[in-house]
Amino acid sequence: MATEFHNLQELRQSASLANKVFIQRDYSEGTVCKFHTKLPSELDSRIEKTLFEDTVKTLNNYYAEAEKIGGHAYLEGCLACITAYLIFLCMETRYEKVLKKISRYIQEQNEKIYAPRGLLITDPIERGMRVIEISIYEDRSSSGSSTSSSTTSSSGR
Amino acid sequence: MIAKKVTRKWEKLPGKNSFCCDGRVMMARQKGVFYLTLFLITGTCALFFAFECPYLAVHLSAAVPVCAVILFLFVMAMLLRTSFSDPGVLPRALPEEASFIEMEIEAANGSVPAGQRPPPRIRNVQINNQIVKLKYCYTCKIFRPPRASHCSICDNCVDRFDHHCPWVGNCVGKRNYRYFYLFTLSLSLLTIYIFTFDIVHVTLRSVFYGSVWCVAALTLPSTVVEVLVCFFTLWSVVGLTGFHTYLISLNQTTNEDIKGSWSGKNRVQNPYSHKNIVKNCCEVLCGPTYPSVLDRRGVMLESSGSTPCKTSDVTAATANTVTPNEVAFFSLQKTTSPLIPNEHSPDEAPPSIATTGHDTATSIPEEEDATGPNGSAPKAPPTTILVKESSH
Repeated sequence: MATEFHNLQELRQSASLANKVFIQRDYSEGTVCKFHTKLPSELDSRIEKTLFEDTVKTLNNYYAEAEKIGGHAYLEGCLACITAYLIFLCMETRYEKVLKKISRYIQEQNEKIYAPRGLLITDPIERGMRVIEISIYEDRSSSGSSTSSSTTSSSGR
Repeated sequence: MIAKKVTRKWEKLPGKNSFCCDGRVMMARQKGVFYLTLFLITGTCALFFAFECPYLAVHLSAAVPVCAVILFLFVMAMLLRTSFSDPGVLPRALPEEASFIEMEIEAANGSVPAGQRPPPRIRNVQINNQIVKLKYCYTCKIFRPPRASHCSICDNCVDRFDHHCPWVGNCVGKRNYRYFYLFTLSLSLLTIYIFTFDIVHVTLRSVFYGSVWCVAALTLPSTVVEVLVCFFTLWSVVGLTGFHTYLISLNQTTNEDIKGSWSGKNRVQNPYSHKNIVKNCCEVLCGPTYPSVLDRRGVMLESSGSTPCKTSDVTAATANTVTPNEVAFFSLQKTTSPLIPNEHSPDEAPPSIATTGHDTATSIPEEEDATGPNGSAPKAPPTTILVKESSH
């Protein structure tokens, strides 16, 4: 059912992109960056609900940490203002540091959890922080039935 | 395998921005008024430093020109930062995302009888117990996040859109609002400073030479020019600073204020305000510095080689850096995907004019209409659409 891939290289070489699912932003708490944690139906058969929810919740926590308005943010803001924001030429902002952490986390999740299940998460920053794009791959070796298998699974709902 | 030319992503970005310094600088196309701003500020300050400062430094204090220089440098830094930075542009949806949203909309609307206009594309969300409507942008093919708006001059959706300012030659949005505010504030201070010390200069001269004030003024033509410029600038810039201080204390944007989004009894109250002036100011001025989501300086490879030479980051491999030769074919199917849970249905708005939208180059919606029975009903046979993903 779920095609097994041992690593991301194998995924790229032997799989073809079947579909993409987009996890939308959750604006219930305002304009902070937060994504819906509900597992989309296309991924029902691909990945366990808890794993998926954990990934999205961790991402939400990272974004909340980056956008937190507190002592650290004020200090950074005031220091930057005093130096006419020239300090950002040599210093990384807190948000950028967290984005790097997020990128590493997504890479790690892809390698450990998603690629073995034929899925690939795209970093939201590459989509304007609007969506989490999850690409669903089918094994090329399962021939032309790849599209039909997704068809049956989707129409079976 | 050898890249003939390195193309950066900014060269292919849609929208009506102009870029300089290989994508580092991003502005609107019309820059005439911006050059006027630069000229007025530097010209007036040059006159001040050349004609007033020598006299004032000697007869009053050396601190006068020093403070003026610091103020001037700060004003210029804020102006350039506002003008050259990305205001918070939201990138347009890629074809897959656009069609995914289209399918959701069709599923939500059901089948529209022939001759009837489809309902407007609105998504309702609840933010802090207020219902906010998210509008669909036909140009960018996205549902705009709250507080975002489409700037017709720059042809981009901008997050937390305030206004398009011709004086700085750029939109003012989430990422550069604080620089814009600091620019107007520091420019007000600079204008008041120059104005004050011009008056002081003339007064000192008239006292020293025992002449009438006006006569003393006329012997200093540069001072007269400066006073005139500062006088007219004062009214507008100080007024603007006051207006934006008011907006910041309420956590509102100019766009919302003009549209009256949060005013009036029948309207919702501002869901973004903390109801506390200090907190609002802190959030707007001292909040986190948001990164740009437009990767302007990313490299798009146009080599004839087939290897995806992007970095080893696999997530980037699915980004829009696929070479035109290495085309990614994928099949999109009309799935019976359930809607993203909305707290409220979009059916509340009465059917109004559904705009034909902006004419864009994406071919997917037309292809979807052309192929097979266009139905959002689950029984419609899935149609396979081949889309050529091209670098843009």
